[in-house]
Amino acid sequence: MRREVPIAITAVVGIIFLMSYFTPHFPLNVLHNSATDIFMIIAAFSILLGVLNLVRVNLEKISKKKRDWPFSIVLILGLLVMTIVGLGFSKGRNFMELGTNFRYLYDYVYNPLSATMFSILAFFIASASYRAFRGRNLEATLLLVAAFVVMLGRVPIGYYLSSWLPTNYHLGDAASWIMNVPQKAGQRAIMIGIALGVVSTSIRIILGLERTYLGGE
Amino acid sequence: MNFFEKLLVIDRRVIFLFVAVAIAVPLFFKVNLKVDITPEVRKVYDIMENLPEGSKVLVAFDYDPGSMPELQPMAESFIRHCIRKKLKMIIMGLWPQGFIQANQALEKVLKEEEFKDVKLEEGVDWVNLGYAAGNEVVIERMGSDISAVFAADYRGMKLGNLPLMKGVKNFSNIDFIYNLSAGYPGTQEWVQFAVDKFGAKLAAGNTAVQAPLIYPFYPKQLLGVLGGMKGAAEYEVLMGIPATGVKYMFSQSVAHGVVCFFVIIGNLAFFLTRGKRKSGGQK
Repeated sequence: MRREVPIAITAVVGIIFLMSYFTPHFPLNVLHNSATDIFMIIAAFSILLGVLNLVRVNLEKISKKKRDWPFSIVLILGLLVMTIVGLGFSKGRNFMELGTNFRYLYDYVYNPLSATMFSILAFFIASASYRAFRGRNLEATLLLVAAFVVMLGRVPIGYYLSSWLPTNYHLGDAASWIMNVPQKAGQRAIMIGIALGVVSTSIRIILGLERTYLGGE
Repeated sequence: MNFFEKLLVIDRRVIFLFVAVAIAVPLFFKVNLKVDITPEVRKVYDIMENLPEGSKVLVAFDYDPGSMPELQPMAESFIRHCIRKKLKMIIMGLWPQGFIQANQALEKVLKEEEFKDVKLEEGVDWVNLGYAAGNEVVIERMGSDISAVFAADYRGMKLGNLPLMKGVKNFSNIDFIYNLSAGYPGTQEWVQFAVDKFGAKLAAGNTAVQAPLIYPFYPKQLLGVLGGMKGAAEYEVLMGIPATGVKYMFSQSVAHGVVCFFVIIGNLAFFLTRGKRKSGGQK
């Protein structure tokens, strides 16, 4: 029963979704909307579950003094401070409105910290480009040249470097062509492949043939 | 080990230092570079220009502060355009932080010279619906009934009490959707559900990393695309208000130039030391 019930629910909901896409009329539309409403409620609760799990994992890390455990203290403190300030110190207003203590922390602590973490990517991309973009063979050289053109063509420096060329042959035009023709064709091929895979996997899940999402096997 | 062999195994911290200098130093200089306009950005601008006054525009902020440097200038430009054209903005987010980013952008724009005297009334000229959990399912449900997902705005005001939301049942009552996205859920999901299923008119602003994944949808499913900070700068130029995007173009140009320089010298070193590697001198 532990496996049969989820498989049956999946099959019924899957068939309702599939049929309602082609016939969005009563009673399928009502069933479809009910299923989506239930999904959104579960998704909202999963956030709470995620937070509780995050706290549990990090408290365990602190208690067992696992590697980098001091960072877990920072995480727990950050979570507590944002929650307490948001719930208890918003001066009677919505905690996200301008002028509240939560907004102050969001604007001047969370915002710059988050942006800083993401900006580290620039350094890793630069380092990875240096090591990866080598003309080892024809394919690698094509990738190298395309990356080079797009990198320069997507910023104003590309215009200045190629402004002596005839109109429509500037680096920016070449970058646009790469993005709009070979890149787009490759992406579309990948997307069609993924879509076919999704369709076949979905059918297998609805029919109960694919059960790995239940765990085990 | 000669100079070129040393180049091949250069410490990555040296590259980090060059990139840091290339990004940071230009920020202290005001250099107005020519920003050429791509058709995909002009298309977004033209659509907005052709919307009649009072049209309802849904702006989905699907990003967090991590992508702020690229997407916030796009958001600000788009909001400027909405205010200038007297369009009604319905703001929401599929990312928890998205709608706060929207408030930040709106607050900043309303302090600017051109807009500081503009009086926008919340609930009448703009509304922030907040965040809804459920990713693409949220979009799909909004296609049939927005109030089923957002019963109230982020302050808790019932949708029925907001003049702007009167008569707005689903996507068919919205004139244009603009999605600012940094990943999942984002533009791809808006295309799949809002456009393909409900026929909404959609354009998007994406991070430079995500833009190549979005291009296949342009120009049929996606009417226009702003890619990365360059896209933001292009929109600012079209608006005639050069702001953060244009300002950062110099920094980004120098940074890209430095990366290209390293790629060139890396390849130069690679080819000049190829003979030695082949003879077994070095792996």
